[in-house]
Amino acid sequence: MTDQTAGAAGKKSGMNVNLRENGMLMALVAIVVFFVVIVRAMLGVDFLSAQNITNLFLQNSYVIIMALGMLLVIVAGHIDLSVGSVAAFTGAVSAVLVLNLGWPTFAVIPTVLIIGGLIGAAQGYWIAYWRIPSFIVTLAGMLVFRGLTLWLLGGQNVGPFPKSFQLLSTGFVPDMFGVGKPNLTALLVVAIAAAILIWIGWRARKRNEAYGLAQEPDSLFWIRNLIVTAALIFVGYKLASFRGLPNVLVVMAVLIVLYAFFTEATTTGRRIYAIGGNLKAAKLSGINTERLTFLTFVNMGVLAALAGMIVTARLNSATPKAGVGFELDVIAAVFIGGASMSGGSGKIVGVVVGAFIMGVMNNGMSILGIGIDYQQVIKGLVLLAAVIFDVYNKSKS
Amino acid sequence: MGTILEMRAITKTFPGVRALDHVNLSVQEGEIHALVGENGAGKSTLMKVLSGVYPHGSYEGEIHYAGSLAQFSGIHDSEAKGIIIIHQELALVPLLSIAENLFLGNEVAQGGVINWQETYRRTEKLLAKVGLHEPPTATVDTLGVGKQQLIEIAKALAKDVRLLILDEPTAALQENDSQKLLDLLLELKAQGITSILISHKLNEVSRVADNITVIRDGTSVSTIPRAEITEDRIIRDMVGRDMAHRYPERDRRPGEVIMEVKNWNAFHPEHRERQVIKNVSFNVRKGEIVGIAGLMGSGRTELAMSLFGRSYGRNISGEVRINGQAVDCSSVVKAVDSGLAYVTEDRKALGLVLEEPIQWNISLANLAGIAVNGVINRHREQDVAEGYRKAMNIRTPSVFQKVVNLSGGNQQKVVLSKWLFTEPKVLILDEPTRGIDVGAKFEIYGLMNRLADEGRAVVMISSEMPELLGMCDRIYVMNEGELVGELTSAEASQERIMSLIVTH
Repeated sequence: MTDQTAGAAGKKSGMNVNLRENGMLMALVAIVVFFVVIVRAMLGVDFLSAQNITNLFLQNSYVIIMALGMLLVIVAGHIDLSVGSVAAFTGAVSAVLVLNLGWPTFAVIPTVLIIGGLIGAAQGYWIAYWRIPSFIVTLAGMLVFRGLTLWLLGGQNVGPFPKSFQLLSTGFVPDMFGVGKPNLTALLVVAIAAAILIWIGWRARKRNEAYGLAQEPDSLFWIRNLIVTAALIFVGYKLASFRGLPNVLVVMAVLIVLYAFFTEATTTGRRIYAIGGNLKAAKLSGINTERLTFLTFVNMGVLAALAGMIVTARLNSATPKAGVGFELDVIAAVFIGGASMSGGSGKIVGVVVGAFIMGVMNNGMSILGIGIDYQQVIKGLVLLAAVIFDVYNKSKS
Repeated sequence: MGTILEMRAITKTFPGVRALDHVNLSVQEGEIHALVGENGAGKSTLMKVLSGVYPHGSYEGEIHYAGSLAQFSGIHDSEAKGIIIIHQELALVPLLSIAENLFLGNEVAQGGVINWQETYRRTEKLLAKVGLHEPPTATVDTLGVGKQQLIEIAKALAKDVRLLILDEPTAALQENDSQKLLDLLLELKAQGITSILISHKLNEVSRVADNITVIRDGTSVSTIPRAEITEDRIIRDMVGRDMAHRYPERDRRPGEVIMEVKNWNAFHPEHRERQVIKNVSFNVRKGEIVGIAGLMGSGRTELAMSLFGRSYGRNISGEVRINGQAVDCSSVVKAVDSGLAYVTEDRKALGLVLEEPIQWNISLANLAGIAVNGVINRHREQDVAEGYRKAMNIRTPSVFQKVVNLSGGNQQKVVLSKWLFTEPKVLILDEPTRGIDVGAKFEIYGLMNRLADEGRAVVMISSEMPELLGMCDRIYVMNEGELVGELTSAEASQERIMSLIVTH
């Protein structure tokens, strides 16, 4: 009897842990289904066409890439308002390097990433070592780098870029099997990725079982994996039947996996959560809080630079207006993804789902021809709803 | 003088737990009635029922207050009737002035416009009543905890209090501030104000209380009248067993000197010319428990924190030797590497990441111990935590429990586990039993003895002298940043320690 109740309680808590994540995933699925139905009904076209799926990734890649860094910043208890301006500035720098100085792409990419890191360092230095509030330092950064972008570009759009640079955003992984359509490489990569995901999840389950840990019931685990796998295969199939895997998607996927691993399994990742959870306790536990805070901003700068180059490559020109409002999309994605404003909590998976919720809504509403005015209102309400859902869940448990 | 408050057969259940089970409490008008019991016994729940935080209808039983049946639907109702609670965590706004705090939500105003002259006049009167000589315009953050506590009481007086409830009012106070506060309670009693005093400090309770009601496991065990109050009697009722030995026995066999501190100096981090630690030298032996006695503000915590990776102060100088070797303690990491561990006095703010689980907190100071090449092995982490859960008797359904849900005693065991996992040679424990109930205190003492038996050295900073006298092999006495004396356990007594402090 007691064993049974304990088991039931264990299972229940296991479900609570995943309630939020699953809830957001369900919300994403629901939003996609909603647009599929509405777009079909109103315009008679397929929302999940191969081209639109490809577009979804290309349009949202930079938000997701920056959101990965922003999660770390927010988990550490800070905020970075400058990412949009930094992305614009690094885009402008790459324009100068490529177009004015004629540097080759392979040299431009690492150089711009380093510049992004230096910008992050310049801001992180004041935040970490001088304890200037990050809101203020990065608000200053937002103005400074927007201004520097205008100055560097002379207020003009600068472009177009050579093909090699454009590949950053508009390139696709060529089919190694030479079939072309459907792109076998894309299909294979996606299938392997799905298999690995299931295998990792299943292995963790088996180990947890051996250790007697509470976890979600079997049915929920398999249902979720079924949905994710089906979605992956579907997306893979669609991509394969169009132009294959976008380069950006590959970069993004690799980064997501890296950052998920970093935040969940490494000591350094763990320490960042401790800083946000209780700065003083972390310090007295021998964690170098200043250096880690500094490094989260360096990391953010590097990712903002990567995003800046991707955006520039996608627009095929560096523009003074690039990246305006990105910081808001990125921060919104992190909070929709379940991070806490006060730091110390949030997961990469949540952030990715959060970014896609925003991205799918942007894309779907544009297809439906909803005006930018309503779009802003709706996105704002979704952000608010997601956070209310979060707070409500917490107060209930 | 009749009965002002009669709580009859109060029963309050939360999902799965019966927090109060037919509790009776009867308070006479004009008395000081103490409410004692272990943490989690139900004292705070009972007071929340009384003040309407748990409204009428959410509990069973009856409350008779001032001659009529009371059915409060919220804290406003009870305050309107003159029942005012002062919580353990003070509810003052640090950056507002004393006057603003006293009348917060109760402003002296007409049509929303504050009458400052009248506010200040009344503030001065109230401050005089509680014996506080501060300007009404001083902001609260410039005052010490003791004075803030007095302001809370003044705030209650501003609301025409009839029944004042104080939840652990002296927990954060040093000896003489506590005395002042208790004197004030006696004075208020003379003016006809009834108080209910919740406290862990039995000596205080037995000093001022007219009656003591002991609560254990959600039931009222006994009400002890003034004539029958002894500490032994209270403890027996609280824990339900006789506690002949409040401090566990230990074979005292100190070995060779393991840590030696020489000529340690430190200055205040903001007021640079102020020397907080003055030329302190001391040593600890293997298997020894050494106490540091002193009043609050005497520099004990500052000494410990400046030693532990220079976590406090600036311009620090002096030498630390461990096993005869000079060691570098200039950062927390280096201090930990050389075998030091420091358990902070404020475990919630400085010791734990409250929203994270037990196993997460235990591994925090030694993540390398559960990781390979910087990658955490979660199963190893869980094994480690399970090990400490058993060894330290942390009471929790699982190590995945967030530490915020644990009682004070169990939280302290988690902090101790965290530091034991770093394999320290010397543990500095700063007020290790503060805010912990009697039963858990006894367990912490037992753990300290076990650590000493294992050959570690323990430095214990405490404001509770009986605890130092009961536990330590040697006691250093600190005052105003200096060590003013050293006593062996045979020589030490409360009087000797106090006289060392006051004669310096």
